[in-house]
Amino acid sequence: MRTRLNPGRVVAWACLIVLMILTLFPFYWMLRTALSNNTQLSGHPNALLPVETTLGAFKRVLGLSSVAEAQAQGGSGASVNFWLYLRNSLVVATVTTVCQVFFSAMAAYAFARLRWPGRDKVFALFLAALMVPPIFTTLPNFVLIKNLGLLNSFAGIILPGAFMTPFAIFFLRQFFLGINRELEEAAMIDGAGHRRIFFGLILPMSAAPITTLAVLTYINSWNDYFWPLLVGQQEQVRVLTVALGIFRSQTPQGSPDWAGLMAATLIAALPMILLFLAFAKRITNSIGFSGIK
Amino acid sequence: MIFLAPATLGFVVFYIWPTLRGAYLSFTEYSLLSAPEFNGLDNYDRMLHDSFFWNALGVTVEYVVINIGLQTVLAVGIAMLMYRLTQSITVRAVILAPYLVANVVVALVWYWMLDFQIGIVNQGLTWIGIDPVAFFGDSHWAIPTIAGINVWRHMGYTALIVFAGLQMIPKYVYEAAEMDGASELKTFWRITLPLLRPILAMVLVVTMIGSFQIFDTVAVTTQGGPINATRVIYYYIYERAFTRFDFGYASAMAMVLFAILAVVSLLQLRLLRAKESDLA
Repeated sequence: MRTRLNPGRVVAWACLIVLMILTLFPFYWMLRTALSNNTQLSGHPNALLPVETTLGAFKRVLGLSSVAEAQAQGGSGASVNFWLYLRNSLVVATVTTVCQVFFSAMAAYAFARLRWPGRDKVFALFLAALMVPPIFTTLPNFVLIKNLGLLNSFAGIILPGAFMTPFAIFFLRQFFLGINRELEEAAMIDGAGHRRIFFGLILPMSAAPITTLAVLTYINSWNDYFWPLLVGQQEQVRVLTVALGIFRSQTPQGSPDWAGLMAATLIAALPMILLFLAFAKRITNSIGFSGIK
Repeated sequence: MIFLAPATLGFVVFYIWPTLRGAYLSFTEYSLLSAPEFNGLDNYDRMLHDSFFWNALGVTVEYVVINIGLQTVLAVGIAMLMYRLTQSITVRAVILAPYLVANVVVALVWYWMLDFQIGIVNQGLTWIGIDPVAFFGDSHWAIPTIAGINVWRHMGYTALIVFAGLQMIPKYVYEAAEMDGASELKTFWRITLPLLRPILAMVLVVTMIGSFQIFDTVAVTTQGGPINATRVIYYYIYERAFTRFDFGYASAMAMVLFAILAVVSLLQLRLLRAKESDLA
């Protein structure tokens, strides 16, 4: 589709480039602020490079600097430990993703391949659940988790998402339906049961969509705020998003610790940015394919 | 059957049961401390007279309208630009990037960039001779600001969906238009847009359902303020349930939100005839 340069194309490219800058600039600004000395920020609000470049903000939010050091660089001196929150986010996102994708794959296989009465009706019911807004189920779920005594535990944060989501089942079922049946029939004649077909045939053949789904699930779980805010406020299970909210509300109104706040947001965002860089092509293409999520 | 067991367990315990229980709770008075007490339609009656509730609905609708309007136009624009200019995966990845970081992160970065005194945006405005704007502090600006932030996060994602839709339009349609001497603009309005309708309808329904549930950005920036300017319905339900422990009333409002979403989605799908394509 190569065409010669014409004014229209130049303008169009200019628009696209402006949009890309608009997209990337906040990421840069996050980094620039995080590397600055907070006490100096207000004096140089429009300096494009970090002001008095220092790693102080990172040390401060990772709980590595003393109260005096932190305060000297404009921190509040309150103890924050983003190492711990990072670990918590890793635990929650990893367990949720592994369980959710695995159990959803099993269910998707049952919907795609096994024959049982009422299958399509049950599948329709699963899909209907996509329509229910999360807050509607969140309130009773909170009551349930509370009654089970699981508030402020990893189990409480993870359980509701650990078994399935309607989307994950729907997504994988589509792929399983497309797998050639002849292979399975051949395996069946060789005496393989459903279990062996699922683990030996279906899962390896769907490695690509399963990876895509796992990456998307991981990102969603990592970024989730509402549910962990309700059930996991306490420090030992506090995930990054919740910690950021708390950090922001604790930073002094008059002289906020912007450098510390940006260092903390960067810590929360970086794993997702890295994951994205590693799987950029797969993630970008999956959106065209699946249409909606 | 063992294949279905874990998913079914999760589905029944965390989807079906809470849906039924939520519906029941909406007819009760429930403070978490004692068992729920049936009180008929009291909660719904109370909602009718609750000015905070109506304010929350109004604010949410304002947010949804700004958010969807801006986002759809920008997303279609970006998708068109990409479609005409480049297939580059890098460009697409850059455009998508904001969607991958948490709402909370996005909200905080913009909270900083839009700071009244030393935020870079107001610095820029001052530089070109415009008075600084209290983006979060001014009750007229707060909702448009929050809508804008979320447009920034979601527009690339939506653009990619539209982009995928554009690629499904067969080339011969454009060739025919070109032969008939149709201008670029006319081609867009008469051919591209109508053929995109099924995808656009889908996008509109999904973004609408999503934007009615705006919460994260509000929770970490304005927390409903200034005064009640950004107390959106999700946030109001959250406050009622978790700071006032008014679970019955909160459930009733969630029920109404559910009903609104269902009705609006059905209407949209019907009006936009989402299931039919003009290509057939």
